[in-house]
Amino acid sequence: MSLNTKPNIAGADEFYAELIKSHDGLTDEESVAFNARLILLLANHIGDRTVLSRALQIAGEADRDRPRA
Amino acid sequence: MPLDDRYQLAFKLYPYARSADQDAETPVRHPVVVVGGGPIGIATTLDLGLQGIPVVLLDDHEGIGQGSRAICFAKRSLEIADRYGCAGPMLDKGVVWNVGKVFHEDRQIYEFNLLPEEGHRFPAFINLAQPYFEKFLVERVREAQAQGAPIELRGKNRLEGIEVKKDHTILTVATPEGNYDILADWLIAADGAGSPLRGMMGLDFEGRVFQDSFLIADIRMLSESFPTERWFWFEPSHKAGASTLLHKQPDDIWRVDFQIGWDVDRAEELKEEKVRKRLDAMLGADVEYEIVWKSIYTFQCRRMKQFRHGRVIFAGDSAHQVSPFGARGANSGMQDVDNLGWKLGMVIRGEAPDRLLDSYHEERAAAADENILNSTRATDFITPKSRISHVFRNAVLALSETHEFARPLVNSGRLSVPCIYDGLSLTGEDALTGGPEQTRPGSPCPDAPLGDGFLLSALDHGFTLLTVDAKDAADVSEGGIAARHLPIGKGDDPSGALARRYLGEATSAVYLIRPDQHVVARWDKYDENAIRAALRRACAKE
Repeated sequence: MSLNTKPNIAGADEFYAELIKSHDGLTDEESVAFNARLILLLANHIGDRTVLSRALQIAGEADRDRPRA
Repeated sequence: MPLDDRYQLAFKLYPYARSADQDAETPVRHPVVVVGGGPIGIATTLDLGLQGIPVVLLDDHEGIGQGSRAICFAKRSLEIADRYGCAGPMLDKGVVWNVGKVFHEDRQIYEFNLLPEEGHRFPAFINLAQPYFEKFLVERVREAQAQGAPIELRGKNRLEGIEVKKDHTILTVATPEGNYDILADWLIAADGAGSPLRGMMGLDFEGRVFQDSFLIADIRMLSESFPTERWFWFEPSHKAGASTLLHKQPDDIWRVDFQIGWDVDRAEELKEEKVRKRLDAMLGADVEYEIVWKSIYTFQCRRMKQFRHGRVIFAGDSAHQVSPFGARGANSGMQDVDNLGWKLGMVIRGEAPDRLLDSYHEERAAAADENILNSTRATDFITPKSRISHVFRNAVLALSETHEFARPLVNSGRLSVPCIYDGLSLTGEDALTGGPEQTRPGSPCPDAPLGDGFLLSALDHGFTLLTVDAKDAADVSEGGIAARHLPIGKGDDPSGALARRYLGEATSAVYLIRPDQHVVARWDKYDENAIRAALRRACAKE
């Protein structure tokens, strides 16, 4: 299987609002921890190692602000 | 307080003239008085006047205010204006656009084309400065008056006081020649977000304040022609604003909207040289333009708990206020008028019980909640309120450049679409198996080509019984309310759009449609008893 990067969430606006709302009241540190748990849950659900590696790669590529070596 | 203008006029259309009411010995009683001469007030007089109901509009100015304010008029507003007979000039004057570009910092991250759906008389929306929209409405009022519509527009007539009685209100009106009193059986408050009437009645208007200011300017381009596109910048590096929007209007005028933060010195920011500095940073120093209009606004998302207070009914911004992202202000106000007009008409003529007007609040408050939700989401995306929200927003923007999935998450305003009255009091049964979602009961009827014209213009000003490939149907009358039969067969549907939008997988269909073109109920075949019941329901008779 390959990583699906086409739109795949029905009700994208509702999802996004729920995602942001789930961070309400968290400190920055708590938010980072929240995100880590979320990523681990979703990664387990996906399971497919090829898909996960591809997602890790794209997430890195899209980070334009990261200082380059 | 003197009757000085609070703003400059773009068009002086109804100069003060002494009314006979001012010389009457006892206050004259009117069936309907509308307060406020904005688009919602004027449209209300048209809706009622065209039904033959006498209506008086009071405006503290003598015409239409300067400044473009609302610029995006959605398809549904044009369809409503078409019911009133004035969509033609709006469409001729308005600008249609389909291409939008989204930038983050200085990079274009993607471009979209709205690719309009075929088979509609009107585009998804037009850009048109609000004074023109209002002017075309007033011109239609003048035309309707000439044909006998009992509408009166009274300029420089300011509501000074109100006394609310059980079946009427007593209004004190200030004019340049002194005060006078009139009585109104029904009073429609279309006096804007700051509604003085709401204040006089001591009514609530609660909601959320957004801590950001926006500098808004209309500029006339002198040097080069820009494309007819909508450009939205998130965090542009020119720093003219935390976000910036560029939008085309008619007559080479462009709307620019800069997000400039909460704690700003308004007088300072509105200075010509200061505004030019921002514009030059955005457009480049070599672009020539003149500033036509500028303003700073902040906004809130809020609504009244109740839009109806006995004989006083609030419509448009006086009842609900949203952020400007998504064009849900003037557009939702037009839908208020569309919703209120036929109900008030029926109640005044004694064709329906008073409680039909409670459904105005029920339906339009639900619509206001939906509009507030959508415009709040856009605002939260454009101006993230927390660090983590900002991180997610920028992650979406970064990914959307190369990965399509992230683009539906980018939210610089969702296009205004009318509310569907799912499950509300007047909405009837859905007995059409395989019928399309978009025409389910409660929905506004989508347009479609019909013969040489379009479906919506063939609908009646009262109730319509639309049948598609159905047998044995006829006009239905229930308790003095008629639904006129509009039969449609295969030969009337040149494009097939009608079948797609009204039949879906069904082979025949029967739709009961309200005067405001919303579906009451639908069936697969003609069933007179079911239709009678739905008609009673739609008139709040059961």
